[in-house]
Amino acid sequence: MSDVTLNAATANPEATPRSAPLTAVGPIAWARTNLFAGWLSTAVTLVCGYLIIRAVMGFVDWAFINAIWSVPVNANGVAQTQACRDLAGSGACWAVVTEKHRFMLFGTYPYEQHWRPALVCILFVALYIVSALKRFWNWTLIPIWAGTLTAIGVLMWGGVLGLPYVPQERWGGLPITLILATFGLAFAFPLSILVALGRRSNLPAIKVLCVLYVELIRGVPLISLLFMASVMFPLFLPEGMNIDKLLRAQIAIILFAGAYLAEVVRAGLQSLPKGQYEAADAMGLSYWQKTGFIILPQALRTVIPPLVNTFIGFFKDTSLVLIIGIFDLLTAGKTAIVEPAWQGFGIEVYVFVGLIYLVFCFAMSKYSAGLETDLNKHRRR
Amino acid sequence: MRPGPAGQGANGRDAVTATRRLNFLRLAGATAITAVLSLPALAQQPAAPSGTTIDAIRARGTLICGVNTGLAGFAQPDSQGVWRGFDADYCRAVAIALFNDASKVRFVPTTAQNRFTALQSGEVDMLSRNTTWTLSRDTSLGFDFTGINFYDGQGFMVKRSLGVNAARDLNGATICVQPGTTTEQNLTDWSRANNIRFQPVVIERLEEVVAAYVAGRCDAYTTDVSGLAATRSAQPRPADHVILPDVISKEPLGPLVRHGDQRFADLVRWVHFGLIGAEEFGITAANVEEATRTDARPEVQRMLGRNGDLGQMLGVDPAWMARIIRGLGNYGEIYARNLEPIGIPRGRNALWTTAGGLQYAPPFR
Repeated sequence: MSDVTLNAATANPEATPRSAPLTAVGPIAWARTNLFAGWLSTAVTLVCGYLIIRAVMGFVDWAFINAIWSVPVNANGVAQTQACRDLAGSGACWAVVTEKHRFMLFGTYPYEQHWRPALVCILFVALYIVSALKRFWNWTLIPIWAGTLTAIGVLMWGGVLGLPYVPQERWGGLPITLILATFGLAFAFPLSILVALGRRSNLPAIKVLCVLYVELIRGVPLISLLFMASVMFPLFLPEGMNIDKLLRAQIAIILFAGAYLAEVVRAGLQSLPKGQYEAADAMGLSYWQKTGFIILPQALRTVIPPLVNTFIGFFKDTSLVLIIGIFDLLTAGKTAIVEPAWQGFGIEVYVFVGLIYLVFCFAMSKYSAGLETDLNKHRRR
Repeated sequence: MRPGPAGQGANGRDAVTATRRLNFLRLAGATAITAVLSLPALAQQPAAPSGTTIDAIRARGTLICGVNTGLAGFAQPDSQGVWRGFDADYCRAVAIALFNDASKVRFVPTTAQNRFTALQSGEVDMLSRNTTWTLSRDTSLGFDFTGINFYDGQGFMVKRSLGVNAARDLNGATICVQPGTTTEQNLTDWSRANNIRFQPVVIERLEEVVAAYVAGRCDAYTTDVSGLAATRSAQPRPADHVILPDVISKEPLGPLVRHGDQRFADLVRWVHFGLIGAEEFGITAANVEEATRTDARPEVQRMLGRNGDLGQMLGVDPAWMARIIRGLGNYGEIYARNLEPIGIPRGRNALWTTAGGLQYAPPFR
């Protein structure tokens, strides 16, 4: 083609001379076309650039350059936070995190036993990683989960193997958040599949029960379910009979998450063309074979994005247990700044707690994105 | 809803609201149960537990004590997760009386919402959680308040530069207040009674309401005086702020137990009186050993278990009070250790005998 153009140019000397083509590659060229295309674009770029740089510099100044990382503690164990207060907001007082990080992470768990909840957190993360690897997607996952959860229970409670017994009300911080989220979703997900199938069932009793369950639970806020589990349920039990507070909250969370997930799963079931059901029936598969081999594998992978959306939402919703006096990660963080010496350093604590939530939620999000591409290779949209 | 940890001003007075809500819930619960299960009495007033509370505690080996989820000076976990504070020390005192061991307490953090259910259902043996003594709680909720260990009340804090000396001068002022508690109601009642007009600035979270006050969005900040004192002491220059002498409500706080077990109520009551009495007699953690051996005053001898059988009458070891004082100190020492560092002066909680305050112990005989 270039030959033709060239010949055409030489053949017609009257044609206007054309400048050489721009080097349309490289970052400079990209910036020129996208950021400085005209005077308006240039102005917007400069204003935004200025604002971004100011904000970043301000944050760096606050978070790193002017920050105080530790403060002395006097003989009575009271931190001397005067240096932090003198900053008057110009720098972060990370000393509050340095001083209180173990309380925020592990709550009121006995201090010298903190290695146990720490190990529990590591076990949880390891469990997530193992479960995420496709190589373990077979029967081995069941003993792995059973073993890990038993180990977690033994570590948290103790009372065996020479570990001192730690009652549940002393648990706190990150392990509580991970326990509530993991057990909550691990139980809610199978429950939600059953409910979703039940809602599409032809058996009227099952269908009505499932519809009732979903609509009742979805119709009230999680906070009122927790309140019910914590405040009202004990009044219905005979005197002296107490069900563990954490277990009550856990059941409320499972029921609530189950109702939401059930609707997500039902959406997946309904997205399948009728032909899939009919073909499975024509093959002579039983109901459970049809559901297990044909319907669910297709339905679930369609709804990965809303599923993970709900998972992430529930991971964060576990922090609502604060209203019933359970010290999850966020509550422990808030409690850490009740002490007068540390009052007023909420931002630092919230940044620290927020980062932990971000790590878990971002990991979930990235993994699900990978899983989605992987499972839906055959029909990339 | 009021998150416990933020509840510096929550000194028990979210009380009325919480009580109403609880009553409503109990009613709703009872109705639901009646309708569904035809078992009307299930959600009614908790009956007295079978057996005595003291026996149950002894059998279990620990006292279960409901405390605040976090209130500076009263109950708050320190950096190592150990519960500290005035209310927490009262739990420890009862544990020492029962077990001679301050560590035999399980602290259960309770919120303003679930504290009463926790006590009614037997989840905790006692509440030591800055709860205001009111008639309805004493009767229809089925509790026994065992005494008043802290006289609190709602007050005002203003900046010194404002030049305000009394609450009456606040006419036309903007006042920062947290919603959802009786604080707001007390403020309105007081302004109406005194014909004072004010502009409320209502902010839910403690940190934010304090920040609004410090930033000058309002002229005054109102909550319980103990909360004001703690906030004031946390300011960079506490002297810049004045807590006005006017107190517009009564908030008598104290430990409470379930109705129907007088022995346990007596024990908690006399642990409190013992702590006060010890201060009246000048017995401290430092001199209690010596006083047990040498103090000739008959009442001291009875209190410390050298003479008489007061401990036996309460169902505890004769040396119960001596051990409590050895472990925790008397009332004044507990107060000085927990509340004075955060800027709450003795004020009305001083002894009646020596300082004309309200704290007073009946005789030990």
